[in-house]
Amino acid sequence: MASKNDTISKTFTVIILLCLVCSIIVSGAAVGLKDRQEANAALAKQQNILRTAGVDLGGRAADSVFAERVRLLTFNRETSEISEFDSLFDLEEALAQSSAKDGGERASAAGVRGLRRDIPVYVIRGDNGDSIDAYVIDIRGAGLWGMMYAFLAIDPDGQTIRGINFYDHSETPGLGGEIQNPRWRSNFEGKDAVDSDGQVAIRVRKSAGDNEVDALSGATITSDGVDRTLQFWLSQEAYGAFLARVREEGTI
Amino acid sequence: MASTKEMKQTLFGPIFANNPIALQILGVCSALAVTSKMENTLVMCIALTFVLVLSNVSISIIRNHIPSSVRIIVQMTIIASLVIVVDQLLKAFAYDIAQELSVFVGLIITNCIVMGRAEAFAMKEGPGMSFLDGLGNALGYSVVLLTVGFFRELFGSGSLFGYQILPLITEGGWYTPIGLLVLPPSAFFIIGGFIWVLRIYRPEQVEAKEV
Repeated sequence: MASKNDTISKTFTVIILLCLVCSIIVSGAAVGLKDRQEANAALAKQQNILRTAGVDLGGRAADSVFAERVRLLTFNRETSEISEFDSLFDLEEALAQSSAKDGGERASAAGVRGLRRDIPVYVIRGDNGDSIDAYVIDIRGAGLWGMMYAFLAIDPDGQTIRGINFYDHSETPGLGGEIQNPRWRSNFEGKDAVDSDGQVAIRVRKSAGDNEVDALSGATITSDGVDRTLQFWLSQEAYGAFLARVREEGTI
Repeated sequence: MASTKEMKQTLFGPIFANNPIALQILGVCSALAVTSKMENTLVMCIALTFVLVLSNVSISIIRNHIPSSVRIIVQMTIIASLVIVVDQLLKAFAYDIAQELSVFVGLIITNCIVMGRAEAFAMKEGPGMSFLDGLGNALGYSVVLLTVGFFRELFGSGSLFGYQILPLITEGGWYTPIGLLVLPPSAFFIIGGFIWVLRIYRPEQVEAKEV
């Protein structure tokens, strides 16, 4: 029987049939579940943005609150132009098509690659319509093991930090992973992201002083990564310029 | 069909008597990587059970048609397809956990237990017995993983399934967590302890002294 199976034609037939069956199963699962997965990813993102700004969902679904309260903008790092989008999908499409533009020394220190000319800003509107509740910006930088992704919420004054939320990272649980610990993150609240001259004011380091956040013990490289991430993204090369515009014009 | 005794042996044997991790020392990598929390551990066990049972059954069904020159490739193709399906299912129905398990679900492909059972058992036995063998080995794997996960989460984070059991000192309680336990290498100590205890009760598993 073994010899019957080992002919070249049988080998090819078995392999081709097997590959056919497996690829149908795999692509079936991928296509059939795609909508659900994308919906999950989008919902998680909306939830994270709202949570960072401290919006109380009040038991409602994140996507409906998001649609009601959030304006989607992109900020052009070259021309300081602001564009508005109707849906998260359009925004992401636009970001993906935005041309590349590097961010200088601070960006490479923070390990930020693939930087685009446009960067997203999520403007959270107040409960009662027109007033602005917070600006949420999307930041990332290298930690010890990989990239750390976070949302940073800034008060309408364009200066004070409302909250920070590392929604995706691969730091060591219990050490660097503590960046997601609410107790540590609360250290950022109420501190100045930038000073009145537009220079980055917030720092993360050992034995922190005024307007600084204590580094995590046992996680020096992660803490330094968070510091460098903030130093780049709040600089004039990135969101610093947007926040300067917020302070000048009052609202955006 | 095999006798009831044989079936019982195939199903329950791998749990303690012939445990894939404790006796054969297979599949240790994922026992280190995903056991820092009980919830992740449980999902990993379910994922492995799914893959192991289905790969055993499907390989067993076509075992008489697999050319021996490409049998490893055939096994890998089936296992890899099943793992991708599991990964897709997790992303669709347990998104948060899928995020945490990330790459380790994909690494089930290289889990030596899956491949080992396919090669050692499913290539020779019928689908029914292969099903029991897959299930039994998956249970043996799960017993070790859940034990490791239990100790690591309880003493490393003071919680079980995310519920705080021992109030942490950082949250105002009295318990200082053992930092080592949240790191993957700590699983070596716990697996070592597991094997030690197992061999006290089953001295026949102790290897003969090398001369």
